[in-house]
Amino acid sequence: MSETAEKVKKIVVEHLGVDEAKVTEDASFIDDLGADSLDTVELVMAFEEAFGVEIPDDAAEKITTVKDAIAYIDGQKG
Amino acid sequence: MFDLTGRVALVTGATGGIGAATARALHARGAKLALTGRRAAELEALAAELGGEAVLVAPADLADPAAPAALVEQVEGKLGSLDILVNNAGFTRDMLALRMGDADWAAVLDVDLTAPFRLARAALRGMMKRRHGRIVSIASIVGVTGNAGQANYAAAKAGLIGMSKSLAQEVATRGVTVNVVAPGFVKTAMTDALPEAARTKLLERIPAGRMGTPEDIGAAVVYLASAEAAWVTGQTLHVNGGMAMI
Repeated sequence: MSETAEKVKKIVVEHLGVDEAKVTEDASFIDDLGADSLDTVELVMAFEEAFGVEIPDDAAEKITTVKDAIAYIDGQKG
Repeated sequence: MFDLTGRVALVTGATGGIGAATARALHARGAKLALTGRRAAELEALAAELGGEAVLVAPADLADPAAPAALVEQVEGKLGSLDILVNNAGFTRDMLALRMGDADWAAVLDVDLTAPFRLARAALRGMMKRRHGRIVSIASIVGVTGNAGQANYAAAKAGLIGMSKSLAQEVATRGVTVNVVAPGFVKTAMTDALPEAARTKLLERIPAGRMGTPEDIGAAVVYLASAEAAWVTGQTLHVNGGMAMI
């Protein structure tokens, strides 16, 4: 697992209070991990802070799964 | 009850009558304070009166769109947190609507409604993370009843109520409450400017038979800022001597 993936999963586990095993790359924040819309906003804020990236609203809307988040962040750091 | 020890409160418009009284009331319950307003010397005087290093003076002009976020950042940086935001700053530019120019409308809306939104937005980030926060905005009775000559001010104050109800619903699960205190006629520089005849007429409409004091308002803010008011959110607390029972 990449460093980004590891960090993203850790943030998701902490913020949503879910079992680590459930945080697979395909897991949807809302459908699989029980997040509400405010949770997703908080997650994006946490990613921004942890990785020092800026995630504009239109990009944030498309980040619905763990995989999406990892890909976006890796793309920014690229 | 109503102990605020260790909490950090930002009071905007702390140079005004209600702002200063609210700052004193929060301070008396143990809160650390950040005071903002446009007149630095008056803020310094209030800080000196309250004493101690637990008071941060941060002059700012809330008409500047960048000021709110910078202010929140400064408070969190220097005092370590921002737990209580009191949106008190406001001003009037009264005139009948027929004479009210776009600039008169916009200037009041900017400072009395838009700046509180920007402050709340900036403050919510940390509050949500800490799972605790209190946002109390000072509206006015005229935001609910309307008042001839105050279309701009009344609209801004009514806007604060709608904004607060919306924010309250968004962040309720995070331990953050968002409420409004709506004062009636309080003795301040703003109401001292009224002609004597108008003041007499006003008093006749107040069942309690007196104007409010800034301290009457400060006490209501302390209540909504307290741990005891944790289950009160999206509400408007009318403090008006019975002038309007809504």
